[in-house]
Amino acid sequence: MSFSGAEILIKCLLEEGVETVFGYPGGAVLEIYDALYKSPLRHILARHEQGAAHMADAYARATGKPGVCFATSGPGATNLVTGIATAYMDSVPLIAFTGQVASDLLGRDSFQEVDITGVTLPITKHNYLVKNVENLAQTIKEAFHIATTGRPGPVLIDIPKDISVKKTSFNYPKTVNLGGYQVPGPGDLKSIKEAAELIMSAQKPLIYAGGGVIISGAQQELRRLAELIDSPVTTTLMGMTGFPGTHPLALGMLGMHGTKYANYAVCECDVLIAVGARFDDRVTGKMDEFAPQAKIIHIDIDPAEIGKNIQIDVPIVGDVREVLEKLIGELQQKKHPEWREKIAGWKKEYELRYKNGGCLKPQFVVEQIYEVTQGEAIITTEVGQNQMWAAQFYKFKNPRSFITSGGLGTMGYGLPAAIGAKVGRPEKVVIDIAGDGSIQMNIQELATAVHNDIPVIVAILNNNYLGMVRQWQEMFYDGRYSQTEIESPDFVKLAEAYGALGMRVSEPDEVRPALEQAIAANKTVVIDFVVDREENVLPMVPPGGCLNRMLEG
Amino acid sequence: MMRHILAVLVENNPGVLTRVAGLFSRRGYNIDSLTVGRTEDHRVSRMTIVVEGDDLVLDQVTKQLNKLVDVIKINDITAAEYVDRELVLIKVNADPSVRGEIMQIVEIFRARIVDIGRKTLMIECTGDEGKINAIIDSLKPFGIRELVRTGKVAMLRGSKMTSLGNEEKL
Repeated sequence: MSFSGAEILIKCLLEEGVETVFGYPGGAVLEIYDALYKSPLRHILARHEQGAAHMADAYARATGKPGVCFATSGPGATNLVTGIATAYMDSVPLIAFTGQVASDLLGRDSFQEVDITGVTLPITKHNYLVKNVENLAQTIKEAFHIATTGRPGPVLIDIPKDISVKKTSFNYPKTVNLGGYQVPGPGDLKSIKEAAELIMSAQKPLIYAGGGVIISGAQQELRRLAELIDSPVTTTLMGMTGFPGTHPLALGMLGMHGTKYANYAVCECDVLIAVGARFDDRVTGKMDEFAPQAKIIHIDIDPAEIGKNIQIDVPIVGDVREVLEKLIGELQQKKHPEWREKIAGWKKEYELRYKNGGCLKPQFVVEQIYEVTQGEAIITTEVGQNQMWAAQFYKFKNPRSFITSGGLGTMGYGLPAAIGAKVGRPEKVVIDIAGDGSIQMNIQELATAVHNDIPVIVAILNNNYLGMVRQWQEMFYDGRYSQTEIESPDFVKLAEAYGALGMRVSEPDEVRPALEQAIAANKTVVIDFVVDREENVLPMVPPGGCLNRMLEG
Repeated sequence: MMRHILAVLVENNPGVLTRVAGLFSRRGYNIDSLTVGRTEDHRVSRMTIVVEGDDLVLDQVTKQLNKLVDVIKINDITAAEYVDRELVLIKVNADPSVRGEIMQIVEIFRARIVDIGRKTLMIECTGDEGKINAIIDSLKPFGIRELVRTGKVAMLRGSKMTSLGNEEKL
C-alpha cells in the first residue's frame, strides 16, 4: 500500500505520539492540510504563523514533549522565523514543517518561494529540504531525535509541494543513523569526583541553576544537592522553576535584575556550581569580575558552552540530572552556618521591595497573582518590565510553570505561549503577564484562544509606555523618552470584540476580586491593569557593570 | 594568534558547505582557507580548514563545528606531523625577451608551464605554502596578470588517520 508524502507526514507525527499541531494553511501545504482533515490530530489554527510557532514552543516547554507547527511556503515560513529563533535560544524541542514550492520550481523565485532552510540555518539545531518522498519518514524520525535529545532545539523540515503529493510505501524507521550526531553521556566520573572534592572543601558554596535543570527534569536532584551541601541556590530566568522559590535556600534570580543578595552571593562565593546554565551577559554583568573569588564547576550537556564566556575550573559534560545524581553520591552532608547567616542578613536588608501606596503598582499585581494562584499557575510573560516583575515577585513552585522568552527576548511571546501551554496542560490556570506594548505584537491570537475555547488570562500591566525602554531612557539617556510613550486601544472593548471577557482594574483592592473572577469565568479573559506609569524594575546592574554595584530605587 | 589546520569529515549533503561557512562567519572566526572535496567514501567529503586564533577560539571552533549534525569528525592536525599542499595557477606577463628567465624560475620551483599565450605564460605549481609564496614573489617582477590558489589540503604522516575507522558506520 502506498501513501502520499502528506499522509506519511501525518502518520509519522502519530507514530511520534504527537496529539496537537499549531499552524496556518496555505498553497504549498494544501496536501498536508487535506491529509490532516482525515486524521485524528488536533490542529489549532493560529491567526499568524509566528503565533503558531510560539504556541508549539510553549506547548513543548509546558509539557516536556516536542511542539509541532505547520506553515506554508514563503511568507508563511518567514513568519515562523522569530518563533524558531526564540525556541533556539531557549533550547526548546520544536519541529516546524513548512511547505515549499514544487521541486521543479525551486530556485526560480517562484510565487511564495523563499529559501527557508537557508534563512533558518543559524537558528535551527538542524534543518532539511526533502527532495525525495522515500526519505521523508527517515527525515522526520531524525528530526524528532535531533530536536529532543542532547541539548534540545528546533528542527525545520521543508517539504516541496510535489513531495507531499508523490506516493510511496510507509515504514516508520525504528532507529536513526546519524554519524555526526552524538548525545553526550552521563558525565565523566573523574571530573565528577574532582567537583565533589571542590564542593566538600567549599566554605561559601553557591549553586547557579539554569534552564538545563528543567529540561533534564532535575528539580529533585538539585534540591537534594542544595540541602546536602547546605548551599544557597540562585537561578537564571530560564531556571526559575528549577528550585522552589519559597525554599529557605532560594535566592531568586541573579544578574541584571536579580536580587541584591543573589548577586552579592555570586561575588562572595568560593565555589560556584553552574548547573545547566550558560553565563549569558544578562547574568554575568562584567565578565571578568563575575564570581571573582570562586572556583567554578560547570555542568552542561553542550560541550560548546564550557568555557565559551567564562573560564571553568571543573567542566562536566553530561545530562544535568544524571550528573547531579552521581555527584550527590560522592558528597557528604555539610553545614555552612556563617555563610547562611551572612546571606540571611543580606536577604533581610535587601529584600525585594517597592513603594506601595497611591496608585496601583505593577509589582503588587504580580504578588496578587501569586497569592490568588498559590504559585500553582503556569505563568507566561511578554518581554520587558512585565517579564522582570513576574520573575521577581511570583514564587514558582512547580517545574515548567514559568514560560518566558529568555535568550531572544521576544515581545509578543506571552499570549501565544499561554495558549500553547494551556493546550498542553489544560488542568492548569494559565496567565500571561503582559505589557501594553508587547501584547499588541501578537494580540490577534486572542481570536485563536476564543475560537478554540482556550481559557487563558492576559494580565496587562498597562503603563502607556514601552516600559523597559523608557526605564533605560530615564536612567541612561537623561529622560529623553524617544518613541516609548504609546497609545493603546481600549483593551476591554478589544477583548469583547474578540469574544473574550474584558476587565479594567485601577485600584489595588480590585485586583484580587478581578483575578478570582477571571479564573472562575473559565474563558479567555483580558484584564487591563492601569498601573503606575513610571515604575522601574529594580535593583538593576547597568549593562556591562559589575554584579555588586547595583542601582536602587 | 596561531594558525591551525583542521581536517574535517562531513556528510556529503547539499548545504553542508553553507553550514560550515555560516558558522564561521556568524561566530566571527577567521577562515584563512577552506578546501572541500570527496573522499574514498562517496558519502563523505573532507574539508581542510585553516583557521587563525588562540586556543580559546580553536576550542570553540571545534566544539561548535562538532554540533553541526553533518560534521562527522574533526581533527586538529597542526601539532602532529603532516604533509600539506596547495596548487596555484599563475598567469604572468611574458614577452619573448623574458621567457627564458621565467622558464628558469619554473624549473627551479619544479613547476610547469601549462599554457602559452602571445604575451603570457600560465604556470602551475604545487607545494607547501612557503614554496607557493616564494614562486609568487619570484614572478611578481614580471607582472602577474591573474592568480588562483586552491587553498591548503593536508594529511597526517604515517599510519595516523583522519578517517571514519571501523567504529563509525555510515
